Amino acid sequence: MPGQSVIPFGPQHPVFPEPLQLRLVMKEERVLEAVPALGYMHRGLEKLAETKDYAQNVFLMERVCGICSFMHSLCYCQALEDLMGIEVPPRARYLRTIWAELGRLQSHHLWLGLLADAFGFESLFMECWKNREIVMDLCEATTGNRVIISGNAVGGCRRDLEPSVLKEIGRRMDDLERGLDRVAPVFQDDPLIKQRTVGTGIITREEVIRLGAVGPVLRASGVAQDMRQLGYAAYGELDFRPVVETGGDSYSRLMARLGETYQAIDLVRQALRRIPEGEVLPKVKGRPEGEAVSRVEQPRGELLYYVRATGKPQLDRVRVRTPTLSNIPPLVRMLEGCRLSDVPVIALSIDSCVSCTER
Amino acid sequence: MIPDVTQVGVEQLLTVVQGLAEEGCRLVSITGVDAGDAFELLYHFDRELRLTHLRVRLPKGQELPSISRIYFCAFVPENELQDFFGIRVANPVIDYGGHMLLARESPETPLVKRERPEGAER
Repeated sequence: MPGQSVIPFGPQHPVFPEPLQLRLVMKEERVLEAVPALGYMHRGLEKLAETKDYAQNVFLMERVCGICSFMHSLCYCQALEDLMGIEVPPRARYLRTIWAELGRLQSHHLWLGLLADAFGFESLFMECWKNREIVMDLCEATTGNRVIISGNAVGGCRRDLEPSVLKEIGRRMDDLERGLDRVAPVFQDDPLIKQRTVGTGIITREEVIRLGAVGPVLRASGVAQDMRQLGYAAYGELDFRPVVETGGDSYSRLMARLGETYQAIDLVRQALRRIPEGEVLPKVKGRPEGEAVSRVEQPRGELLYYVRATGKPQLDRVRVRTPTLSNIPPLVRMLEGCRLSDVPVIALSIDSCVSCTER
Repeated sequence: MIPDVTQVGVEQLLTVVQGLAEEGCRLVSITGVDAGDAFELLYHFDRELRLTHLRVRLPKGQELPSISRIYFCAFVPENELQDFFGIRVANPVIDYGGHMLLARESPETPLVKRERPEGAER
């Protein structure tokens, strides 16, 4: 069309840690339409999952993504436990909750740092990632690994934690909260950050539901929905309410994640106070048969696994629907009508994870 | 094992989905399974944390109506069906022609089951 031009935004761009392209149809400085282009790192993991037995698949699903590795294995194991009628021991459910919230803490800190970097706030970026190191050290101290912590098995947890380690987690949560207190006011009040986020990438409550948004994107538009409300792992026994913002803009999505970071610290503390004694991994017998759906709340939103089995060790189908897959259509709508200069921050505001998405 | 599954014919799909949209349901995803002579498609919907599913049996070779005019976000899972199963989806709002996630040189329709062990039932 006359007067229109197409700008390829990505796949390699400073605000995207992973390859994703947005083809922006522009009229002068305004985006008329954004068309996402994926497929730069598809690995065929759903196909590979059909060739492994159900227990081996735990290790495979941990490798769907580094940032949310634990959540993938948790969601997968829950589907298998549902199929096989396995009762997960209470202590294992609490350990799962602790590791899941540690995962959320490192993921949200990573994103806060990336956002700071996108604004050119180098010191803020380094402060966020310095705080994140507290969590990464805890992952290493509790599992021996920083990224793929391999905590889950079908039926429970692969490892137990000594009382002294649990105490250390609590102590480090205090350090983390102090670190977060130092950076939170900048995100909340800095005029430059507010100028770039308030009123940009607005999406309404009706639109987020119709467009299938999940996670902080959904909750930042006023929808109080979080998969942890389902009560999986130990969430049903903890004091938990979703963090909800109502602005529907990039600033609200930032505030939702900031609120969830504080909330994750609180949930870890609650779980540490209430964790019971007992076994963490019962012996699992039999083979899965039938179909099951499992959902958990990843840092980026609802993760869904569909599993279908026919009584053989190998599964007939493993379907992984990741949160970023669901947040791409809302992103397309957020970008329509925005200025080109606002595209990086709006695109970053959905906290995309392409490794998950392309699996 | 999955509660709240409703079997729906291909010809009823758009009407039923329109009804769910009007009730305020969120489309979670669409899952495809190769069931031998047909594809089984599960449409997952959420309403206030409760999942409901539509199960559609699509004979192989038959075109699937797109629900992306009702749920814009359906273009993502519908293109996955085109990529992984070779299902032809009729006119989705964005059509990647079987190459949303798969590269041109990737194996085609990787989730179609090409070999079945002897005596396997389905």
